[in-house]
Amino acid sequence: MIATMIHQVVVTILTAILVENLVLSKFLGMCPFLGVTQKTSTAAGMGVAVTFVVVVTAGLAWILNVTLLVPNKMEYLQTMTYILIIAALVQFVETVVRKFIPPLYKALGIYLPLITTNCAVLGVPLLNTAKNYDLGMSLVYSFGAGAGFTLALILFSGVRERMDRADIPATLKGIPSALFAATLVSMSFFGFQGLFAQ
Amino acid sequence: MNAIFQQIVTPALIVGGVGLLFGIILAYSAKTFAVKIDERITRVKAVLPGVNCGACGQTGCESFAEAAVAGRVKPDGCPVGGAAVGAKVAAILGLEVTNTAAFVARVACGGLNGCSSQKFAYEGMRSCTAAAALHNGPKACPFGCLGFGDCVSACPFQAIVIVDGVAKIFEENCKACEKCVVTCPKKLISMVPKEKNFLVNCKSTQRGPVVKKNCDVGCIGCGKCVKACPQQAITVANNLARIDPQLCINCGDCVAVCPTNSIVDVTAPVVLRRRA
Repeated sequence: MIATMIHQVVVTILTAILVENLVLSKFLGMCPFLGVTQKTSTAAGMGVAVTFVVVVTAGLAWILNVTLLVPNKMEYLQTMTYILIIAALVQFVETVVRKFIPPLYKALGIYLPLITTNCAVLGVPLLNTAKNYDLGMSLVYSFGAGAGFTLALILFSGVRERMDRADIPATLKGIPSALFAATLVSMSFFGFQGLFAQ
Repeated sequence: MNAIFQQIVTPALIVGGVGLLFGIILAYSAKTFAVKIDERITRVKAVLPGVNCGACGQTGCESFAEAAVAGRVKPDGCPVGGAAVGAKVAAILGLEVTNTAAFVARVACGGLNGCSSQKFAYEGMRSCTAAAALHNGPKACPFGCLGFGDCVSACPFQAIVIVDGVAKIFEENCKACEKCVVTCPKKLISMVPKEKNFLVNCKSTQRGPVVKKNCDVGCIGCGKCVKACPQQAITVANNLARIDPQLCINCGDCVAVCPTNSIVDVTAPVVLRRRA
């Protein structure tokens, strides 16, 4: 019983990270993927902040969905209420972290407001609902998705740091070469498709 | 009627209610978890130069403002702003300004092209750090300025240029941020009080004959300046004269007696002496 549970959790996390990678397979959160990946340190900071917010949002969204929306047959309001949750939660987290963990606030400070408009954060609770996960699995999947997001950002920032120093034609410098690289990194992640039997 | 109620009012109530709930929580948390920011910090920050150079030892102007309000640094601790900014900061904090002397960076090497000899022709990267890594650089004197301008690119205030192979600092532009002091691989640049005019323009601790062979204007540690100085401000250690800026009275007697012209008056124009 416990063995199957652990197996399920591990498979879900690995699926979220590799097979259904938020950025590279689902194409969610492309804006931070291109926006904050110039340096590995900022990419890691953004990744951690997103993971944190995604997990908490997924939990709250699940509770709200099950207690309020499903009984009233108002699943069509999911997108709207989830956005409401994200916006309020990011603001709340910012206030609390600023008060109690100033070093963390300084580290995450600029990324937290950015997360409000990050579609990856909205995408994960919607995916959870679509997959009919229970609360525990929602949290597990969200954590995996956040970790996958972080992984994609860190990997890509490494690629971009190398590209900055590479001798490439002037027309391709900057964003064009970054888009090429994004395509190639994304294609490499498609190799994970079918890693686990569905 | 009932259907309209079901389709419009209930969803509006649910979303509105959730929004209201979050609004109340946020309003409450903003009050309970409010962080008080000392308004003096904002005001101090406003009078600072805002270049975030880090010359004060803090990470930037904001950290300096915080430290100044907390009393961890002196109000005139900003070397870029100098006395003017110091007075403004002190006024905001209600403190007295303690007068500290203005410092300036000075390069201690007079080995211009033609004054000092080269031991090999260097063709590598145009960087002092790179050149210094190769047998101490192309200059015969291992202490001499390499003149590739690492300090020039390090200076945020465009105060340094390379003239005849040696860094020259325009003191009116120097803000004493010490960026060049850290950058120079030969440790030739040091901070000295601006009002003292006399400088031992050499860092070589080699013995006199060796210095003479390498450079026309190196300090040979003869000690004539030590005897000439009326204030006993000069000492010779490791074959190198050193002027104590605390004791120096700007008389210039040392310059007159120096046989190699390695003590210079920084206010005088540079005289280039060609190697015979």
